[in-house]
Amino acid sequence: MSAFLEVKNLTVSFPTEDGLVQASNDISFSVDRGETLAVVGESGSGKSVTSLAIMGLHNRQTTNINGSAVLNLESGPIDVISAPEEQVRRLRGKAMSMIFQDPMSALHPYYSIGDQLSEAWRLYNKGDKKAGFKRATEMLELVGIPDASKRVKEFPHQFSGGMRQRVMIAMALINNPALLIADEPTTALDVTVQSQILQLLKDMQKEFNMAVILITHDLGVVAEVADRVNVMYAGKIVEQGVADGIYYKPDHPYTIGLLNSIPRVDQLEGKRLIAIPGQPPSLINLPQGCSFRKRCTFADQVADNLCATIAPSLDMKENAHFSRCHLTEKQLVAARGGK
Amino acid sequence: MTQPILKVTGLKKHFPVSTGGVFSKGKGVVKAVDGVDLEIFPGQTIGLVGESGCGKTTVGRTVLKLYEPTAGTIEFNGEDITNLTPKQMKPRRSQMQMIFQDPFASLNPRQTVGTLIGNTFDIQKITPQGGKVEEIQRLMKRVGLNPEHINRYPHEFSGGQRQRIGVARAIALKPKLIVADEPVSALDVSIQAQVVNLLEDLQEEFNLSYLFVAHDLSVVQHISDRVVVMYLGKVMEDADKKDLFLNPRHPYTKALLSAVPVPDPKIGRARERIILQGDLPSPVNPPAGCVFNTRCWKAQDKCRTEVPELVQIQPGHKIACHFPEPASA
Amino acid sequence: MLKYLVRRISATLVVLTLISMSVFLIFDVLPMDPARLTCGKACSPAVVEANRHRLGLDVPVQVQYGRWVKGLFVGRTYGEGQAEFTCPAPAFGYSFNRHECVTDLLKRAFPVTLSLAIGAFFLWLFVGVSLGIVAARFKNRWPDRASNVFVLVGTSLPTFISGILILLFVALKFGFVNPIDLGKWVSPFENPLGWINTFIFPWITLALAYAATYTRFTRSNVIETSSEDYIRTARAKGLSEKVILRKHTLRAALAPIVTLAGLDFAGLLGGAIITEGIFNLPGLGRLSIRAVLNDYDLPIIVATTMLAATFLVVMNLLVDILYAYIDPRVRVA
Repeated sequence: MSAFLEVKNLTVSFPTEDGLVQASNDISFSVDRGETLAVVGESGSGKSVTSLAIMGLHNRQTTNINGSAVLNLESGPIDVISAPEEQVRRLRGKAMSMIFQDPMSALHPYYSIGDQLSEAWRLYNKGDKKAGFKRATEMLELVGIPDASKRVKEFPHQFSGGMRQRVMIAMALINNPALLIADEPTTALDVTVQSQILQLLKDMQKEFNMAVILITHDLGVVAEVADRVNVMYAGKIVEQGVADGIYYKPDHPYTIGLLNSIPRVDQLEGKRLIAIPGQPPSLINLPQGCSFRKRCTFADQVADNLCATIAPSLDMKENAHFSRCHLTEKQLVAARGGK
Repeated sequence: MTQPILKVTGLKKHFPVSTGGVFSKGKGVVKAVDGVDLEIFPGQTIGLVGESGCGKTTVGRTVLKLYEPTAGTIEFNGEDITNLTPKQMKPRRSQMQMIFQDPFASLNPRQTVGTLIGNTFDIQKITPQGGKVEEIQRLMKRVGLNPEHINRYPHEFSGGQRQRIGVARAIALKPKLIVADEPVSALDVSIQAQVVNLLEDLQEEFNLSYLFVAHDLSVVQHISDRVVVMYLGKVMEDADKKDLFLNPRHPYTKALLSAVPVPDPKIGRARERIILQGDLPSPVNPPAGCVFNTRCWKAQDKCRTEVPELVQIQPGHKIACHFPEPASA
Repeated sequence: MLKYLVRRISATLVVLTLISMSVFLIFDVLPMDPARLTCGKACSPAVVEANRHRLGLDVPVQVQYGRWVKGLFVGRTYGEGQAEFTCPAPAFGYSFNRHECVTDLLKRAFPVTLSLAIGAFFLWLFVGVSLGIVAARFKNRWPDRASNVFVLVGTSLPTFISGILILLFVALKFGFVNPIDLGKWVSPFENPLGWINTFIFPWITLALAYAATYTRFTRSNVIETSSEDYIRTARAKGLSEKVILRKHTLRAALAPIVTLAGLDFAGLLGGAIITEGIFNLPGLGRLSIRAVLNDYDLPIIVATTMLAATFLVVMNLLVDILYAYIDPRVRVA
């Protein structure tokens, strides 16, 4: 039995005046219903670009997209990359939904919450506006908006940031999608509201048995919700595996570096942070070899200057744990600090 | 004990606002800061944390007199600067500097790095020993920028490098106090650590004091000696870092700490989490009594009527709560 | 809502009062003497003084203003003895040059200007907004470039040139308009086709200039709105591009046009001097320009100035009220 979403060799690039921007490169992963896949990376790592490609939200005229992203629907598999645009549109909001980072700007300021929710519902269901509002109210109640029957008539500016993100979630889930892509859903929110929204996402995943792709830069959020993790750097997946493996036995110097560089609220020794030196490379004219080489403190340990010449492939290091690195297991143990 | 470099007592900053839309007209007051006490000693870092709208940024700006305080006193280096005019403030400004959140917006895009850093000398009419250009290049090198890039413009630098420019500008006049307002929150994770480390190194080198304003408790915990937790313009808890993080006594602090995600799946799964209900109330119309009572799971009638004073409940640990959490071992 | 209306309306009244006072003051301090202009070459000071009295200009400006305001409400009698004329309320004044109450002059000129303004308004709104939408949808492709040519021509060609070109090389050349009937007032209720025939070329002339601005404005607003997060949300919902444009993009992109259009329309109601001149239309614009240039007819000048100002102020109020209905954020919670 194959997973609900299977992405293979997905590559997205944008031609610009300065050259071809390799936004995401050779991305392969799968995610099944009931499972949460976190995609971690910094700005420009290609994490959002990939999910927008799956949703079919890139302008096909100005974007080069190759590879495949197959949704295994009950009616049969559909590759959303090669399927006609109109067919992909009919999957959006129904088979797959997406919520975005900034709930302040993601809702139309001129339409009431009920209007916007019922519009999403009526697109795929027969029913008048009244039925749409009834369904909208149910969804608002489900995502924990108090006094839903009154608030459904209100406008986005009358809601706080956290409440708006709840509204966005309600709208994304109104047609029981099998896949939810959440792009930095809590980044714009305060930390106490963030934990509310993360909890809500977990509850909703159970309720609807969805596949969830959570895109974030926050390794703390990932640790809380992810079953599996893709770590992205400069458009590529550099490490892929189950969450515990990524955190306790990272197999890529970038992941190791990230984990070392973030302060933790539960570690009070005040140890100096180990920063990753340098900057991420430009996505135009990526360097030959490994993209992380210039910031990697272990690159010189690899024989034959391999990191500078040959881009490492995403290889299985152990059971279902992949990494894109030339270092040997022994060198990686040393890089992890003996673990 | 030495004298504090900055002592703030009963600081208030209220902003007038008009409320309502076209069809009604209302005047109100946002009590952005409503009675805040702070003390920073030389070489110390005070972390000022809280969620959006808690007034932490306003505190940072008001202690530098970028805003005129509504009430309270600000003492800098033993001198009361509360009522000094901008002109009187000018010579003192070299002693107190600011680092801003947005390294994209806080640097004039039409000025070169050299001009941006050099401006600080011109404004104070100081000629550094060994020449201005040399001093600028020395500063650039110190903060990890290539001194050869002195004639480049801000847009030619990455976010992390721009924040280094901001840091170089702040330390140019060898200040005693730096207010850092969310200095790393606009930066990528791998760059944050670079800037945090730089700030720590500079502190050691120049015996700087920081007022570190941030919403990210992990970063604040890492860099601070003491931490002040604010909520809707008021201080909820003020304690030594270890004390605050291991033994939070205010329910809000406890909830805030429990909400911070930890990059460790096992701890994340096992941790007991206090999920606060609802959102932050509007600062235009804060709740009566304890401002936190609308979201507090322990709130009683007393909390809805009586404002709790900020009191010391153990040495060096102050909270404003009628029903503090029990002290753990 | 009612409270807001009362407040806005009273504010509007105050503004209008202030405007009328300023108008009086301006014309009082101007180095022009209407009384001197009333008599010919051989003019004795006695005649000038008599005329000054007849025109009502021999009293201090505040008294003139008081009489004028009173006339607005209760009507007013001008001149005395044999040369005595009474205008009923609202009396804006009496034109001794034309021997007519200014109110009657306005009543005759206003329908012409209104006809001109309404037709041109709908024409430019339709052309400008549709071209703008097309240009935005086909950004940087040929429809966009073509509309850009239109914008350039429309904004750079002054009305007095485009109007004359249209009149000479289209209207008269192909015999659409009989030169004798040029500018003859036809009521739209009696002869709708004749009305259109009278106004179609002036409409085109005016609309050409305005539509270009609206094309540019619409284009940039639609492009800007298209990149809003909520448009991406609409797309993620699965809405078709057509629905997204019609329901989501245009609603937000066209809201600011209400303000622009309202004020432009109000401005035109005060009279389109050049267009009315070219096409010989006896509207407010021509009335006021003649009053200024030919005989310095102060009562007419004051009345048309006041009228133009009133249109603007009142339209401003209407636009604000309308905007509150379009944008819920402006409404009070």
